[in-house]
Amino acid sequence: KRVRDTRTKLAPAYHLILEGILILWIIRLLFSKTYKLQERSDLTLKEKEELIEEWQPEPLVPPVPKDHPALNYNIVSGPPTHIITVNGKECINFASFNFLGLLNNEKVKSAAQASLKKYGVGTCGPRGFYGTFDVHLELEERLAKFMRTEEAIIYSYGFATIASAIPAYSKRGDIVFVDEAACFAIQKGLQASRSNIKLFKHNDMADLERLLKEQETEDQKNPRKARVTRRFIVVEGLYMNTGDICPLPELIKLKYKYKVRIFLEESLSFGVLGEHGRGITEHFGINIDDIDLISANMENSLASIGGFCCGRSFIIDHQRLSGQGYCFSASLPPLLAAAAIEALNIMEDSPDIFQTLRAKCERIHKALQGISGLKVVGESFSPALHLQLEESCGSRENDVKLLKRVVDYCMNSGIALTQARYLEKEEKCLPPPSIRVVITVEQTEQELDKAASLLKEAAQSVLN
Amino acid sequence: MTDLKYRLAPASEMSRYCFPNNAVSGDASRCVCLIDSSTVEEINHIVHNGGLYKRPFNEAFEETPMLVAVLTYVGYGVLTLFGYLRDFMRQWKIEKCQNATEREEQKDFVPLYQDFENFYNRNLYMRIRDSWNRPICSVPGAKVDMMERVSHDYNWTFTYTGRVIKDIINMGSYNYLGFAQKTGACQEAAAKVLSQYGAGVCSTRQEMGNLDKHEELEKLVARFLGVESAMAYGMGFATNSMNIPALVGKGCLILSDELNHASLVLGARLSGATIRIFKHNNMQSLEKLLKDAIVHGQPRTRRPWKKILILVEGIYSMEGSIVRLPEVIALKKKYKSYLYLDEAHSIGALGPSGRGVVEYFGLNPEDVDVMMGTFTKSFGAAGGYIGGKKELIDYLRTYSHSAAYATSMSPPVVEQIITSVKCIMGEDGTNIGRARVQQLAENTRYFRRRLKEMGFIIYGNEDSPVVPLMLYMPAKIGAFGREMLKRNIGVVVVGFPATPIIESRARFCLSAAHTKEMLDTGGSVLATRTKQFCKYTWEQEEV
Repeated sequence: KRVRDTRTKLAPAYHLILEGILILWIIRLLFSKTYKLQERSDLTLKEKEELIEEWQPEPLVPPVPKDHPALNYNIVSGPPTHIITVNGKECINFASFNFLGLLNNEKVKSAAQASLKKYGVGTCGPRGFYGTFDVHLELEERLAKFMRTEEAIIYSYGFATIASAIPAYSKRGDIVFVDEAACFAIQKGLQASRSNIKLFKHNDMADLERLLKEQETEDQKNPRKARVTRRFIVVEGLYMNTGDICPLPELIKLKYKYKVRIFLEESLSFGVLGEHGRGITEHFGINIDDIDLISANMENSLASIGGFCCGRSFIIDHQRLSGQGYCFSASLPPLLAAAAIEALNIMEDSPDIFQTLRAKCERIHKALQGISGLKVVGESFSPALHLQLEESCGSRENDVKLLKRVVDYCMNSGIALTQARYLEKEEKCLPPPSIRVVITVEQTEQELDKAASLLKEAAQSVLN
Repeated sequence: MTDLKYRLAPASEMSRYCFPNNAVSGDASRCVCLIDSSTVEEINHIVHNGGLYKRPFNEAFEETPMLVAVLTYVGYGVLTLFGYLRDFMRQWKIEKCQNATEREEQKDFVPLYQDFENFYNRNLYMRIRDSWNRPICSVPGAKVDMMERVSHDYNWTFTYTGRVIKDIINMGSYNYLGFAQKTGACQEAAAKVLSQYGAGVCSTRQEMGNLDKHEELEKLVARFLGVESAMAYGMGFATNSMNIPALVGKGCLILSDELNHASLVLGARLSGATIRIFKHNNMQSLEKLLKDAIVHGQPRTRRPWKKILILVEGIYSMEGSIVRLPEVIALKKKYKSYLYLDEAHSIGALGPSGRGVVEYFGLNPEDVDVMMGTFTKSFGAAGGYIGGKKELIDYLRTYSHSAAYATSMSPPVVEQIITSVKCIMGEDGTNIGRARVQQLAENTRYFRRRLKEMGFIIYGNEDSPVVPLMLYMPAKIGAFGREMLKRNIGVVVVGFPATPIIESRARFCLSAAHTKEMLDTGGSVLATRTKQFCKYTWEQEEV
């Protein structure tokens, strides 16, 4: 007998209907056309070749007009020292950043000669691969001792110093507060770091505090993110573009109030400010450990090539593996390092040159006041001043042409000057066109007076 | 040569025994090859785009043996575990923490370094740190003197004993033509210029820093390269990072080789252009990218690209490979893009008269739009240059970041370059330059052959003076460097992150100043002392 399984039941009606609908749906999907995404229309081979044929690139570089002011360089024959021969004419040099007059110093040159005889010229390798010479180690020690920090690191190119230092610490997502008048090297360092950049008005501490407060309220909305976001303030000791100094004591107060680190760029103030030439920290009497990183180039006061960063070992040692310009580039030629060491020796042995330089700066700053048509931009003790037009003539191009006539007038009468050069399209905040006046320790008082009176004459004849 | 037999063979079989049979058949893809001493075969090697190459192009990158790869990963795994253990002990103060730390006053600031970033530094790099940054105290020629340093706390700090290790054979410095000398014509000329001009310049090129020496140098370099005009800069790294942004910008496309140098990568990033990477030296990959770029245009907007710039290097310093320049130029012409060639390692080191990779392949320098190179390696100086058409150089003189903001080159360094370039060109009246270029080529061939015979895995092109020897395992990096130093040979070892994690290597940089005895010493030390831990290859040359 077959036992009927009483557990088998017919499925309920709704179940069958549902299954039927599903089967019909599957059949529909199987036979419907596939979607073609609107964006990716497949081109035929012929169409692709036509596109390749038709495409015309721009020329690699646009043509440069022959009379572009930056195209024709001044040619200096011989050393660019106190008396300089520019375009065949002998002049007194008011354009090279040779503040302490060490470019032509015999002791510096003989130290470099001795190094050349021992090491040759090049180092043939980066610091990691047999490019570290005892001269480099000595220079780093001497710089650290001079600046009274734990450690220093040297780079072979002044521009690359701050441009490699900033991206080593500040990465994507970090915040950097930077002054508007910061120099181009700092701007490139910030661009390479990919951090959030917040510009504050030049030397305006109230504006900076406003930005810091805004950041604080942002942080309270997202405290987790705030705990890992590093913050930095980047300022210059003596600004290249405006000739004035940053208010460092107020910055230190802001640093501890808002927990921000300070990076100080001292290319112009190293070897100029302070009783012994240690820079703006000595000028204001601030403890150097309060500044996280000091960066400077050795191409101004030290009359050599290259740059250095100094600070605590905790900070500086990091650059030995993450500073791009340090790890991936050949080290500084030993003769230039030896020249820098000797220049440091001279700075340490005769600290009265800083006072002499300051007196000369004050003198010419006073003498240049009151020139009709030109105004002096910069502090009275700054050795790198700018002379800007009091009233612009409408366009930057015309301003530049006018200033060129002033410079040419002075050059023809024996004072070598230059206009401050900028890349107009690349600068974040382009400074107005100006004439750069550089004061060095080698200029005598008569020469300073001569320069001032010549500039007055030039302004009279060209601008009126 | 009696009976010539003919057969077809793939390009991978081309060896150093092949030489092009141009004289007979006018066809560069056919070679006359010595198979064994009794037979000579004429072989048609099928080379992709073979007609473009006038000489055999022999490059080899032997695959990592499977066992070695596994053991290397295991090695790194063990090191990582130990690293975590040590960090744990340091955190709980069981072990003394040797790291420099943050100031007390700033302990509540956001930490400057993330713990993980420094894990590799603290636990792996620190163990073998003595292989790098070795201080020397003599001219970096074929033999060098090194300051001895010891560490009593496992490489956290070093002290100098005061002793100098003399006459170490230097196979680490980039001294290809042996111009790193402390005596000789170059040094004397540099000394004269130093006493006349001083060491520094204190101004930029566009302001008051353009000396007559710079103009002389640039004209000479242009003549040397065979281009219309050239411009020189103070730092090779900065030449790339400051000029690529001046040439391309937003709306342009950069096609960059996978293994390009950090300076090229930084320059490309700073320019703001779109960057696409093609596989190392792989022409099919490059062609595909070019086709796609022109056909599809910019992403999303579909506008056509303003320009396309291809970034390649002459010799890649970590791989020892030479760029496939004939094919790159053919592609560049077909797709109307521009070529930026970085000859940092190849200028002076390749080519019958040292003119670089363009001369090595017998090509026209005018086909390369931007010829860039450095003076650090073959000229014994410092700095970089860019050569090209006059419009290009005029544009760079006006708009290069370096010309406007960076101090110009130091005069004695300029003089060293002028003298060494004249020497290489033969314009100083001697044959020294020519002899050195030939000596370097001989040294390269000899050394590479010897290492291959000994059974090491060597990467790169047969003619490249950069010879990477594979080590793979992390512990061998330190051991190799130290063993070689004990026997007075200085080599460079590289590991992660400069190379892929399992492909650590030792790198030899050959020089014209190396004599055969020095190379033999190096070879014998490798054969006897270090062969236990470096012989990996299964391929044996059939000679």
